[in-house]
Amino acid sequence: MKEEKNIEQIGGEEYKYGFTSDIETEVIPKGISEDVVRLISAKKEEPEFMLDFRLKAYRHWLKLYEEKGVPTWAHLEIPEIDFQDIIYYAAPKKKEQLKSLDEVDPAIRETFDKLGISLDEQKKLSNVAVDAVLDSSSVKTTFHAELAKKGIIFCSISEAIKNHPDLVKQYLGSVVPHTDNFYAALNAAVFSDGSFVYIPKGVRCPMELSTYFRINAMNTGQFERTLIVADDDSYVSYLEGCTAPQRDENQLHAAIVEIVVMNNAEVKYSTVQNWYPGDKDGKGGIYNFVTKRAICKGDNSKISWTQVETGSAITWKYPSCILKGDNSVGEFYSVAVTNNHQQADTGTKMIHLGKNTKSTIISKGISAGYSQNSYRGLVRVAKDADGARNYSQCDSLLMGDKCGAHTFPYADINNPTAQVEHEATTSKISEDQIFYCNQRGIKTEDAIGLIVNGYAKDVLSKLPLEFAVEAQKLLQISLENSVG
Amino acid sequence: MLKIENLHATVDGKEILRGINLEINEGEVHAIMGPNGSGKSTLSAVLAGNPAYTVTEGKVTFNGKDLLAMSPEDRANEGLFLSFQYPVEIPGVSMTNFMKAAINGKRKYQGLEPLSASEFLKLQREKKKFVEINNDLTNRSVNEGFSGGEKKKNEIFQMAMLEPTLRILDETDSGLDIDALRIVATGVTKLKNEKNATVVITHYQRLLDYIVPDFVHILYHGRIVMTDTKELVQKLEKDGYDWIKEQFPD
Repeated sequence: MKEEKNIEQIGGEEYKYGFTSDIETEVIPKGISEDVVRLISAKKEEPEFMLDFRLKAYRHWLKLYEEKGVPTWAHLEIPEIDFQDIIYYAAPKKKEQLKSLDEVDPAIRETFDKLGISLDEQKKLSNVAVDAVLDSSSVKTTFHAELAKKGIIFCSISEAIKNHPDLVKQYLGSVVPHTDNFYAALNAAVFSDGSFVYIPKGVRCPMELSTYFRINAMNTGQFERTLIVADDDSYVSYLEGCTAPQRDENQLHAAIVEIVVMNNAEVKYSTVQNWYPGDKDGKGGIYNFVTKRAICKGDNSKISWTQVETGSAITWKYPSCILKGDNSVGEFYSVAVTNNHQQADTGTKMIHLGKNTKSTIISKGISAGYSQNSYRGLVRVAKDADGARNYSQCDSLLMGDKCGAHTFPYADINNPTAQVEHEATTSKISEDQIFYCNQRGIKTEDAIGLIVNGYAKDVLSKLPLEFAVEAQKLLQISLENSVG
Repeated sequence: MLKIENLHATVDGKEILRGINLEINEGEVHAIMGPNGSGKSTLSAVLAGNPAYTVTEGKVTFNGKDLLAMSPEDRANEGLFLSFQYPVEIPGVSMTNFMKAAINGKRKYQGLEPLSASEFLKLQREKKKFVEINNDLTNRSVNEGFSGGEKKKNEIFQMAMLEPTLRILDETDSGLDIDALRIVATGVTKLKNEKNATVVITHYQRLLDYIVPDFVHILYHGRIVMTDTKELVQKLEKDGYDWIKEQFPD
């Protein structure tokens, strides 16, 4: 059948953001060593405790690397990574402290414009404050003043280390310790920048906080570090979106996001990830090994992760929730798309420690081309977590017959009152569905967009509106040419 | 409007249509009847451009254009509508979103601006009333969990929305109870005008009691072996197809 053959002819749309901007970059030599770690810390003029933090992590990483090598448990084929061939620090050369946007390097501004990010007052109208991270160093934080009025801190983590060392010292590494995993150790040793958010007691953050990441310097691994602390009775919604320029060499990205949620507080964390996935033959692309974790430390607290993952050559990512406070709630909503030769092993961990804790997992995987898409999730209910409840739904949608979808649900239930439900489905976009749409005048591309967005509706509806629209387009673009 | 000349088509390498000739003009109703496996549904699928079928020979002109050179969606946008024998379920996609994509796809093809949300919803309300379908259907996912009757009514609702000029009904009467049959047939009849044409593919007389054909064709072994007026329907109902098989041996 003709259509079936077409389904197998997978092409990917050319990556739109494949450009590099010509910004003077300060880089340190390739490779990692104790000296490099010290150099990074020195360049960033960090206090003593940070250097200790980094060195401890580096030594742990080195031990892991020498004894066990890189982790291989995920359902991924990872080419060998030469950790000595990576540049661990690159920062745009700094001028003196900037007072207004006019002082921002025009090349940097242009890069943001190409990505559709504006640092100017337009964002104010759309109620988004942007902390833009270009390569590893924060360039400009907007809406500082407005947020500061409410006592909200939203700045780069480097600034936080300088200006709010007590908060950083208290919480950095408290959710994801450097001993957590291989890449967490590496990140803790060499992270260059990231975002820091603190919402004080009783404050509802009046706008969506948003960070755009962009990998820019050639051969530079990115090690972002984000820390969000929501104090008692506070609320914040945080958006993370990424694009990266096209590259032939693979680029390693190992970020950490830590979130602490206190009594009655709520944090929503939304991600749309669209890094360069490699070309249609699987060459190039970003390796995305991320550790994201939130702890619901206080009673009645809530954390909600929503992610739309369409980019990267390899994704290894499990945004997790530790539900420590009684009645705390953890949610994970995910759409992961893989096309061509992309690989994704993603999911979540819900650790129920407190009483009457609730978690929901909705995972929608979409595989096309020759890609491999795995859901890996753990639900653990501790002995004392009376009345814990979990609902998991893991759906897979296949396009063509060369791709794979896998589900690895783990449950570790140690309390007899726990209620844990798991549902899983696998479906295909059929030629019949496409033809039915065609016969009503809908083009194949639009039909796929319609079907995929329908399938992912439950997750997309959790995103903030402006993100949801972008995400819908992204899903369709990611799967263009994958059928018909 | 539609001219089919010597149409041959295969599926999985097997020849199903073996030289169809048929001409359909504006305002006409044609019934295509014939025993199972004679190629009736294949003919509708080939005209709609289902990629599972391969045309090996012949020519089809639709409004002066080469139909076979057009993509399935362009054929639809040119005014060809197929009411499916087995309407397809599309989970998660609401009928409203589906129809909006269809209507605006057609408008784009015609070089028109898309309908605004309120214009669209107004149109949808009118058409739902016109074909007597209940309100919640448009909030549900396309055909998902619909009963057989609901699916067929939904096809007619889409026909009402899209206002095609060539309406092909592929076994629309199968799986319908008598009330659903009446509603579906009435919908088709109400939508009939001097500008559009209708092709009714069926085994039975009952749908043709409502949608009265101007011409009745008997399709057998991939060819139209007989064309007559509506009286032929009664003969088939009474005598079956055996006499056709005898008259036209393989």
